[in-house]
Amino acid sequence: MFKTISELIDITKAKKLPISEVMILKEIDETGRSRETIVRQMENNLEVMQAAVDRGINEAVESHSGLTGGDAVLINNYLRSGQALSGDFLLNAVSMAVATNEVNAAMGTICATPTAGSAGVVPGVLFGMKDKLKPTKEQMVRFLFTAGAVGYVIANNASISGAAGGCQAEVGSATGMAAAALVEMAGGTPEQAGEAVAMALKNTLGLICDPVAGLVEVPCIKRNAMGASLAIVSADMALAGVKSRIPCDEVISAMHEVGQRMPKAFKETAEGGLAATPTGKLLQDKIFFSTSSQKSRL
Amino acid sequence: MKFRSVFDIIGPVMIGPSSSHTAGAARIGRVARQLFGKQPEHVDIHLYGSFAKTYKGHGTDVALVGGLLDYDTFDERIVQALDDAEQAGLSLAFYEEEEELEHPNTVRLVLRSGVEEMKITGVSIGGGKVEIIELNDYDLKLSGNGPALFILHHDRYGAVATVAGVLAKHEINISYMEVSRKVRGQTALMVIETDQSITPEIAKEISGLPHMFNVATLD
Repeated sequence: MFKTISELIDITKAKKLPISEVMILKEIDETGRSRETIVRQMENNLEVMQAAVDRGINEAVESHSGLTGGDAVLINNYLRSGQALSGDFLLNAVSMAVATNEVNAAMGTICATPTAGSAGVVPGVLFGMKDKLKPTKEQMVRFLFTAGAVGYVIANNASISGAAGGCQAEVGSATGMAAAALVEMAGGTPEQAGEAVAMALKNTLGLICDPVAGLVEVPCIKRNAMGASLAIVSADMALAGVKSRIPCDEVISAMHEVGQRMPKAFKETAEGGLAATPTGKLLQDKIFFSTSSQKSRL
Repeated sequence: MKFRSVFDIIGPVMIGPSSSHTAGAARIGRVARQLFGKQPEHVDIHLYGSFAKTYKGHGTDVALVGGLLDYDTFDERIVQALDDAEQAGLSLAFYEEEEELEHPNTVRLVLRSGVEEMKITGVSIGGGKVEIIELNDYDLKLSGNGPALFILHHDRYGAVATVAGVLAKHEINISYMEVSRKVRGQTALMVIETDQSITPEIAKEISGLPHMFNVATLD
């Protein structure tokens, strides 16, 4: 049905349907499953996301390595103080993105969007903007289908794997997905959603995957915070009428090329970037020394 | 198109921390377990590329073993899979391989139980999506563009026809198929790629047919 963002937008125009509906119809066509089953599965994913956000915001979860945790609570407390400089809704989205990834790092239950390491961006933006846009449950489920449509195009034309394309493929993809979904939820057009994807991806192009100690913690969790805020800003710019000078599909092609030519050290091997800093290496030694001593005690 | 469903992107629901290194690893382990048909006594786990470099941090070891114990990606028991394996009498050996393969997230599993042995190589291509590229030394030529069905069966006439018959009955179209065996009359492997999804009920129906040993599916 569609392989590119421009084909997706053409279908929305020809059939006068939102992106989310085109995605649902494609899913029915592809799998032969009923609309009801498909929507119910997405509702279930939404519930998993909500539960992960709630847990991270309320519990101050700590990861197994002890390296991360509790930041969502800090941000949320700060937000309640009314001092937030970046705006209540934006920071709310950030706190919820961080909450999700803290739960993920603690080996909790999450829904990959599109991956686990980037699972905070989409729910962060969705639940963070809930108070502002007051969506119905159906609109929230549609948000996920729209995000899925964008991720589907990126996954098939570039990559959603950090090991294959760097962090731009993970947090970058999630940011583009969330930006488009937010545009649709706010009442924008599919073209504006496409512009938002382009602007979001342009700003994560080249982002490397350099997890300290190979853990999905540093810098992954904070990059989800950045992704959530960038998605909201990209959506706002697109809704304001700003257009990307480079068409969205060409940005996705560029992302693929950058991922292909990115050195291995920056593709989830924990051999470069932040993972290779003196502190990064020190943390790695500390974590694996303590894990191996734990194992020898068993 | 390697990614076909919206749930390849929004999903899977899983235990963290990594869709490729945890959920994908669990799925590869589970396909291996299903094809082996029972819990193995020992498994050699050969890790390549990013899997070899970061498996401890990503819980890849725990997830692979969880899959070998038949746990799904969202099964909370994955966290304690190494302890569960020890209790269940499943011994494990991990090997960090230096060789660079085509895909950075590749794992080769060798499952053993008594004299029985099965080798399987899987790759985790992102977002929890996986492909099986080798089985018992046969390079599989699957495109990865459709759901796949793996069947170990007794090498007898009619086996292929009965499986094709069940798929036809459920209006499932075969887009690619390969059949291989090492010794005539013994165990053969059927690998089928389809246009439509194969539900657990259909997989069960196939495994109940005459001459079938074990059946695994990959969506």
